[in-house]
Amino acid sequence: MSAILKIDNLVKRFGGLTATDHVSLEVMPHEIHALIGPNGAGKSTLINQLCGELRSNAGTIHLAGRDVTNLSVPDRVALGLGRTFQITSLLDEVTVRENIGMAVQVREGGNFRIWDAARRRHAVWVETDALLVPSQLADRAEIRVADLSHGEKKQLELLVAMAMRPQLLLLDEPMAGLGHLESQQMIGLLRRVREDAAILLVEHDMEAVFALADRVSVLVYGRIIAQGRVEEIRNDPAVREAYLGAEDELC
Amino acid sequence: MRARILSVLLVLLLIGLPFLTQAMDQTAFLSLATRILVYGIAAASLNFVLGYGGMVSFGHAAFFGIGGYVVGILYQHHDTETLLWGFLPGTNQMLITLPLAVLVSGLAAAAIGALSLRTGGVQFIMITLAFAQMLFFLFVSLKTYGGEDGIIVRRTNELPFLNMRDKTVLYWVVLAIALTFFFGLRRLIRSSFGTVISGIRQNERRMAALGVPVYRYKLYAFMLSGTGAGLAGALMVNVLRFASPDMMHWTKSGELMIMVILGGVGTLLGPFLGAGVFLMLESWLASLSEHWPLAMGLILLALVLGSRGGIMALLGRIGGRG
Repeated sequence: MSAILKIDNLVKRFGGLTATDHVSLEVMPHEIHALIGPNGAGKSTLINQLCGELRSNAGTIHLAGRDVTNLSVPDRVALGLGRTFQITSLLDEVTVRENIGMAVQVREGGNFRIWDAARRRHAVWVETDALLVPSQLADRAEIRVADLSHGEKKQLELLVAMAMRPQLLLLDEPMAGLGHLESQQMIGLLRRVREDAAILLVEHDMEAVFALADRVSVLVYGRIIAQGRVEEIRNDPAVREAYLGAEDELC
Repeated sequence: MRARILSVLLVLLLIGLPFLTQAMDQTAFLSLATRILVYGIAAASLNFVLGYGGMVSFGHAAFFGIGGYVVGILYQHHDTETLLWGFLPGTNQMLITLPLAVLVSGLAAAAIGALSLRTGGVQFIMITLAFAQMLFFLFVSLKTYGGEDGIIVRRTNELPFLNMRDKTVLYWVVLAIALTFFFGLRRLIRSSFGTVISGIRQNERRMAALGVPVYRYKLYAFMLSGTGAGLAGALMVNVLRFASPDMMHWTKSGELMIMVILGGVGTLLGPFLGAGVFLMLESWLASLSEHWPLAMGLILLALVLGSRGGIMALLGRIGGRG
């Protein structure tokens, strides 16, 4: 089985600072690969390199076997890359339903048409409702995104990403700022998502990481200091030292 | 439903306006109304990129002027029976001049947009302004076409079966074009393209993450907007029977922007209302005092600050209460 995502010796420098220092990792189909590390470890930088917002200084990125190192964001999306943002980034002026609809509409294409009516694109709205109705946002469909709670926006981020039907999802801290119950719901949601897409999960919430991840990579100062299955990482002394400092046990 | 009745009444009022002005012996108002419709088209075109697309263009007078000069230059070659670039004959047929004006201004917008849209924010404002000023000075120095004096178009372009020298007929022609433009624009805004452009204004990063090649969409929008401004410029030269570099001056870009802000950014009808209020204020104040720009500035300031969102927002609040 070949990897959906394969990163090889990826480097990103900002002036004298090496934010990503020869990082290599793989995400297999249907796998959840968690990327953990203390604040400032370079997790978000790596995500932005993977999605194409930041150009890498060295190294390669392969998506489903294709070299995408020098492709733009939309080109990578076309090859099956989806992402969510750490600080939610949605279309604030329109409704929940329209946000999902936009993702479907963009994926279906035909958006240079200036003489059709977006509201009458039947296939788009059928698919939108198929995603929205079984979700927890079903009764919030006509609410403007600006009026949603933080937790609802996080859920919507994920629904929008799902509407893109990606092969690989980059999730940048989907649990950040969620309450305990909301986190539990999000974990449930991600369990269902993994059936459709491989996931690279950047997360601080260790409970979620250990509940979901198949493999874990630990990033410290831009470098991967440990990589392996959940149990191995949990007991790795170097990880404890770097990541948890004085704390006795992970989680 | 109420909005539909109101818009039908508005259209009927506009069609019947020549009879009203004649009955009230205010024929001068008809030419003002014609200019309002033309500026409304230009302002609404600007509003498509500014209000719906989030691209603050400070150079839309360039496309307005180019559209105007297409009509003016074709008229001059027609009048003097000379050839443009040695092979193109001039014409005074509106069925040719208007589409050509739209085409040429669209091409100009594509070229200027292709360069300007590589920037954003304040740089975009400045670079569009710079391009428009470059064109302004180019036409000032074009002695063949009158330099800073411009081209006097002695006769309005002709349309088959219509007496275009009749001000009332010209008004109806402009009104027909303005209405077609308005409903076309409404359709555009609700189209697949229109919704994507509005998404880009709200959150460019998000749209890119959805897979939208943002630059190409913005360029297309900028080009469409340029064609609208060019159409307005071509009509303006027909109405005023005069094309001059002043059509491209940065103050004209500013006036268009004021009309958009005054009427309501990102609203369909707003730019037309803004153009109406702006031009009516201008002609009324100018008849009172030669120091009218000061009063105009103060009134606009009060209107924009007081209405918070332009005339459309003001109307919305009144409608909401009533």
